[in-house]
Amino acid sequence: MSDTYKESEDFVTFYIAGQLFGVPVLRVQDIINPQQITPIPLAPPEIAGSLNLRGRIVTAIDVRKRLGLAPRADKTCMSIVVENGNDLYSLMVDSVGEVLGVDASSFERNPPTLDQRFRDYSIGIYRLDGKLLVILDVNRFLDYNRGADAA
Amino acid sequence: MDDLLSEFLTETNEGLTTLDVELVKLEQNPNDTELLSNIFRLMHTIKGTCGFLGLPRLESVAHAGENIMNKFRDGELVVSAVGVSLILECLDKIREILATLEATEKEPEGDDTDLIARLNAHAEGTDGGGEAEAPAAAETVVVEDAVEADDEEEDELERAFREALGPEELAAQAAEEEQPVAEVVALKPEPAAKAPAAKPKKAAPPPPPPPAAPAGDAASSVANQSIRVSVDVLENLMTMVSELVLTRNQLLQILRAHKESDFATPLQRLNHVVSDLQEGVMKTRMQPIGNAWAKLPRIIRDLSHELNKKIDLVMKGADTELDRQVLELIKDPLTHMVRNSADHGLEMPDDRIAAGKPEVGQVVLNAYHEGGHIIIQISDDGKGLNTDRIKEKCAENGLASEAELDGMSDQQIQQFIFKPGFSTAAAVTAVSGRGVGMDVVRTNIEKIGGTIELSSTEGKGTIFTIKIPLTLAIVSALIVECCKERFAIPQLSVVELVRTSNHSEHVIEHINDTPVLRLRNRLLPLVTLRDLLKLSVEGEEKETKLRDDNFIVVAQVGTYTFGIIVDRVFDTEEIVVKPVAPIIRNIQLFSGNTILGDGAVVMILDPNGIAAATGEIAVGETELSGLADRHHTANDEKVAMLVFRSGDDAPKAVPLALIARLEEVDLTKVESSGGQHVVQYRGQLMPLIPMQPDMKLAKEGRQPVLVFSDRERSMGLVVDEIIDIVEDRMNVELSAEKRGYIGSAIIAGKATDVVDAGFFLTQAYPDWFGSETGKENFDSSRSRLLLVDDSAFFRNLLMPMLSVAGYDVKAVDSAKSALDLCDKGEVFDVIISDIEMPGMNGFEFAEAVRENSKWSRIPMVALSAFASNSDLARGRAAGFKDYVSKTDREALLMTLQDTIAEIKGAA
Repeated sequence: MSDTYKESEDFVTFYIAGQLFGVPVLRVQDIINPQQITPIPLAPPEIAGSLNLRGRIVTAIDVRKRLGLAPRADKTCMSIVVENGNDLYSLMVDSVGEVLGVDASSFERNPPTLDQRFRDYSIGIYRLDGKLLVILDVNRFLDYNRGADAA
Repeated sequence: MDDLLSEFLTETNEGLTTLDVELVKLEQNPNDTELLSNIFRLMHTIKGTCGFLGLPRLESVAHAGENIMNKFRDGELVVSAVGVSLILECLDKIREILATLEATEKEPEGDDTDLIARLNAHAEGTDGGGEAEAPAAAETVVVEDAVEADDEEEDELERAFREALGPEELAAQAAEEEQPVAEVVALKPEPAAKAPAAKPKKAAPPPPPPPAAPAGDAASSVANQSIRVSVDVLENLMTMVSELVLTRNQLLQILRAHKESDFATPLQRLNHVVSDLQEGVMKTRMQPIGNAWAKLPRIIRDLSHELNKKIDLVMKGADTELDRQVLELIKDPLTHMVRNSADHGLEMPDDRIAAGKPEVGQVVLNAYHEGGHIIIQISDDGKGLNTDRIKEKCAENGLASEAELDGMSDQQIQQFIFKPGFSTAAAVTAVSGRGVGMDVVRTNIEKIGGTIELSSTEGKGTIFTIKIPLTLAIVSALIVECCKERFAIPQLSVVELVRTSNHSEHVIEHINDTPVLRLRNRLLPLVTLRDLLKLSVEGEEKETKLRDDNFIVVAQVGTYTFGIIVDRVFDTEEIVVKPVAPIIRNIQLFSGNTILGDGAVVMILDPNGIAAATGEIAVGETELSGLADRHHTANDEKVAMLVFRSGDDAPKAVPLALIARLEEVDLTKVESSGGQHVVQYRGQLMPLIPMQPDMKLAKEGRQPVLVFSDRERSMGLVVDEIIDIVEDRMNVELSAEKRGYIGSAIIAGKATDVVDAGFFLTQAYPDWFGSETGKENFDSSRSRLLLVDDSAFFRNLLMPMLSVAGYDVKAVDSAKSALDLCDKGEVFDVIISDIEMPGMNGFEFAEAVRENSKWSRIPMVALSAFASNSDLARGRAAGFKDYVSKTDREALLMTLQDTIAEIKGAA
């Protein structure tokens, strides 16, 4: 389930409501600008819809809504496209940061006091200079069967 | 798994399938040396490869089988059913071992000595199964057969040779052809050349033995032109081509926006190339349906032995191609249905002879293309469905009450065999009758977007018709819009589009807020896509009321028809169906998504899901009434009706064809004579009959009157108000409750009483239909007519009309009842028949009548809503004297008069 760790690992970072997040760089297919999204009726609210990425259909997920945060003010946002199984998902985030190499020694497990949803979708936390990097567990984040059970 | 081994498994399995077919053929033509050597070679190849791969058990079994084949081939042993059964058994054993081999990559432990001993015993001729006959004798038979058959085929053969060989060789061959032995050789290229053409995926038969060397070369060169490609590679290719098609569509869309572009020419070129490419790749996925049928001859053969029935399996259109994926999915349902036909459908030989049928029963498979679909028919000439048995069973299982069943037509009752847990076979046999039958078949076929229909005549046989799409990957879809979002609906399930507005003919009505639509006299349940998908337009208040102007997509799922209300309807587009992401796969209403030409992603609506979500699926009654409706709309034709009012507010109608004129009568001119109102009309007294018996005519003013007229006589029917003339399809519900009415129908959206004109005519002149009236008519004097029409409405329309014209008319509702009358010995002067009828149609009826000695000389006139030239030609060919449009009263009467004059003249 979880990604393997070496001495140092590279993450693509992004911000959600001021918090820095990261996803393993090897999972990331693409970073895309705001796109025309077709809403999917009857789908869970955090599923923003589907879009066409070079002929492949990508399901867009609003990370804020998935984490139970307030919706962002501006409608346009960047997205990080990740692959899960044979399907592509685009994670709608506030802004995309950089590719960051972090030292494995700065890894910490999730503090038990963390919000339930954050704990569910986070592998752990890296202590960086002046800020904390929450690592998103892409598999669990996109595992809707499990999510349905928890809800 | 070892590549070599997996290759061997595929090849051997293919070989075995071919062997099954060939062996059954051999049993029927034991003298076909070509077949024999082919089988021998296949067997030999299997044995040889086994030895090479070190599979001793397989090798010994195959060897024993080959032994017998060798004796057959050399003529030492006569081909017999016992021998063929033994070899088939041997093949089964091989198959069994192969299955284990595939699973474990090892030969299973086991002992085949018994089988091998029996095989060897037969080979030695010691089991008494087939005494070896003089080999020379067998050979002569073959040669003679060949020579006989050859006369016709010679030309064809020569052509085949000319193609296969150079002219010199041909000359040499021609010289050889002087000798009868060469004829046998000459027969060979035919099957060799045909096989690869019909079944490109199947390896061509191995080259025949030396004498046929030239032909063999041709065959093997064909074999060299085909290669094995794994299905995965093809699937991948198909996906990529699909993407390419979408990209092409996008480019073309962009091009349309820029009129003058340098890209226009290369894009056009690209467009063509991509289309060709798509077609080419599609072709690689296509396989002849014969591949799915390959196992059937064997199954039928085994069945006929097991059940002691004589069965002839006829397969037509085996080279009809369809998508591999679809093929896989229909294989099992087809096998099941053929088995069913043979087991349940066909009777025992004795019963067949007793029923006056040939001893050998026939199961016919027929496949063909029709409008982007494949139609597969499975028919048998067996006993047909026993509706009484089905009724009993339904009542037993509580599927329907007896009262309900009594009200159903045979066709409706027959549909019950598609219900789960239904089997009418009296006993469960090894073959079928376990009650897991037709419902599974239907489910499987519907799963791939197909439909299945059934028609059965007791004593005559049953026909199943399956309609399936050519391919699943690319479908034609209708693009619709709802709340500014676009959706695709597969064209296959769309029946029609209806536009409704408050000012048009179609208006959406509500029953307790549930929208419904009257469509051709039926209430169509409606679902609003907006509500279904919980959509709303931003900034607009959620509309609870429907708009004035709507589009309704009428969809059909199985036999359930319903309408989907959408905002707009766009074009149809070819779309590539892509599965939706797993996280939204649980939404039933979508069957997938796709990218349209403009690059937008749209969801594909699943009509099955919508039907299920609206809770109206597969309920017996809906289904049945749906069926009944289809039955009606197929047979009802448009007819002009005069709608008027009389007495109460309910509108009344009478067929316009019966009315001579509409008049307004000055009431002051109305006189009374013999208790009847009369008026002077065109120099005669015309009786006036009030529509309502208690109707009092006013003293003055004007009153509308419908004038019915026949030669010298006229009659006026007094009504209150003439409303309209409506041309519409209609379905008259018969009722005998009120005198003077045939029944009621929905005309222009309102329940309308249909007036029985004949009733009022006899009120004016009780003898209107009496025999005396014939006197001044032309000399037909009660010529007897037989009217065959399934529509009660038309019978009731034409009966009085023809009676008025002085004929003695007998009307029946189907070709079958007409033929019953014939059997009873009734005689008519002219037969008038409808063309579009359920069961036996007019053309078939005419052919049946022409074949029947009693009626073969009676002139026949065809009636139809459409009388095109091709219909005319077809009607003539079937034996109709003339072809008249149903609503053209004058033409019908003229034709009848001419026809009768001809008979009288001839007599």
